[in-house]
Amino acid sequence: MTDTGNKPVSIALTNCAKTFTDGTRALEPLDLAIHAGETVVFLGPSGCGKTTTLRIIAGLEEPDAGGKVLFDGVDVTHLPIEQRNVGMVFQSYALFPNMTVAGNIGYGLKIRKVPDAQIKARVSEMLGMMQITRLADRRIDQLSGGQRQRVALARAIAVRPRALLLDEPLTALDAKLRDTLRLEIDSLLRSLGITAIYVTHDQAEAMALGDRIVVMEHGRVAQIGKPRDIYQRPATRFVAEFIGTMNRLTGSMNNGRFTCKAGGIAWPDAPSSATEILFRPEDIRVVESGEATGLKGTVAAAFFLGDRTRLFVDAGEAQPLVIESTARRDFSHGDAVGLAIDPRGLLVL
Amino acid sequence: MKRRGLFYLQLAFTLLVCAFLVVPVFLSIMAGLTVNYFVGIESGLTLRWVMEVWNGYRDTIFLSIGLSLACLAVTLVIGVPAAYVLAKRQNALTRALEEMLVLPVAVPGLATALALIVTYGSLSGFRTSWAFILVGHVLFTLPFMVRSVLAVLSAIDLKTLEEGAASLGAGFWPRFRDIVLPNCRQGILAGSLMVVTLSMGEFNMTWLLHTPFTKTLPVGLADAYASLRLEVGSAYTLVFFLMIMPLLLALQAFAKPRPAKFVAEDAE
Repeated sequence: MTDTGNKPVSIALTNCAKTFTDGTRALEPLDLAIHAGETVVFLGPSGCGKTTTLRIIAGLEEPDAGGKVLFDGVDVTHLPIEQRNVGMVFQSYALFPNMTVAGNIGYGLKIRKVPDAQIKARVSEMLGMMQITRLADRRIDQLSGGQRQRVALARAIAVRPRALLLDEPLTALDAKLRDTLRLEIDSLLRSLGITAIYVTHDQAEAMALGDRIVVMEHGRVAQIGKPRDIYQRPATRFVAEFIGTMNRLTGSMNNGRFTCKAGGIAWPDAPSSATEILFRPEDIRVVESGEATGLKGTVAAAFFLGDRTRLFVDAGEAQPLVIESTARRDFSHGDAVGLAIDPRGLLVL
Repeated sequence: MKRRGLFYLQLAFTLLVCAFLVVPVFLSIMAGLTVNYFVGIESGLTLRWVMEVWNGYRDTIFLSIGLSLACLAVTLVIGVPAAYVLAKRQNALTRALEEMLVLPVAVPGLATALALIVTYGSLSGFRTSWAFILVGHVLFTLPFMVRSVLAVLSAIDLKTLEEGAASLGAGFWPRFRDIVLPNCRQGILAGSLMVVTLSMGEFNMTWLLHTPFTKTLPVGLADAYASLRLEVGSAYTLVFFLMIMPLLLALQAFAKPRPAKFVAEDAE
């Protein structure tokens, strides 16, 4: 439907560190390769360096000496953002209050001295694509949050950038709108086929949008991988706990069995030194009465969510186990339950 | 009962304002139009005194207008970029500069004027030109321009707006022209209003800085009060009023903020 005009660019960072003038190290030396047309999500808690990395790619910050930013193999490290031809969507949108919606969307083209007729055509194309045609002449202060978000996206895409950079674009919106726009952004990125870098602290957003996710912690990359890999095979405890919910049992291995306070689990191919095992809520279930079980616990809390019940089960650990049960039965506080864990979901980190 | 008390308080306040602001102005204007002030209004109305002022002090009026516009031009050229730099770079140095900028307002005008005369009074070409007064006026009015522009710039997220424009390909000058200036328009207009009116009415400093050939309107006014009939002085006030009012109204009309029309959230 819409071509971006420019071929999507591949982006490479080599040895990019960032130390701010006050001496704080925002980013440890980082190497990263982003393929052309790929959507990469930088995920992490605030202060993990994800926004700094994005700003280095954008050209809003320069990496410390020795760092390099390459677009399609060309060194752009010292090129300011206005010469990099990247589209950027800011958390606060940064829409110009002195211009209308159409003025905002057309601004990048005006700067590029595109003839007025072409600007008009491109602006109305963008308005149509984002379904905001009727807002063309509105001022920015007359728009709702979701509408502003769409204008910001349209403005960034209108100039046919080589890459699209999004800095927490949905954070300022309420949950329901966030879900809708997440879907829209996803289909937009797919249809444009543009290289996109998306920064967020929301793991659900990261899982939904990213071809690959870069999980960051304290200015370092904790793991890079496809959403499924990150979720199922987290490389570190931080990744395991930051993404999704992780249950934990402490104990020891003997004779192919992991023994803990709640009982034992047969796990023949486990590393013998394991003193702690991790698993996702979907890999543990409450067994039917009568079924043999090695693990026992007590229901600490139960929340009926309609399609399932979220159980918090006390298994003698510091944190209760989180279990998503689809069983058609009522759970109440204090119920003794037998538990079974799928050994394929067990992790040792 | 409390409401009644408030009502009388407001009434008293309104009457006070009238007694000290509206009535003196009105009486002064009437005095300037009366044939003989001591006889009173029954002596008849005349434009004679206004004409006398016009003939005798026309030059001071034009000088004041010219001076205040020149002052505005200079404060715009210096003040707006200064406010921009102060807004962009918040550090100990810029904060100190910001404070120092206000000094000429705090220091008595006479002292500033005296300092200027002591320092540059011997440059006779400069001393006798209106530019000498302009320097004093700029010193005095610059902080008002800088402050009002700075206030607006500090209220908007200037950094992100500029980054947004840069991401769309705009270099420094296009950014300054398209984003910075339009978004501090309110501050520039408010500052201009202050600068023009302050410069037009400035007496303190100008009284020391002027020469017989560079008499401004307020200096002429003092002259007229001191040496001529009360009617002439009052007519002068009237002329001053007629000049400054349209200017103020025009600037106010410009500076009026546009009301924000909020539109209900559409179904997303």
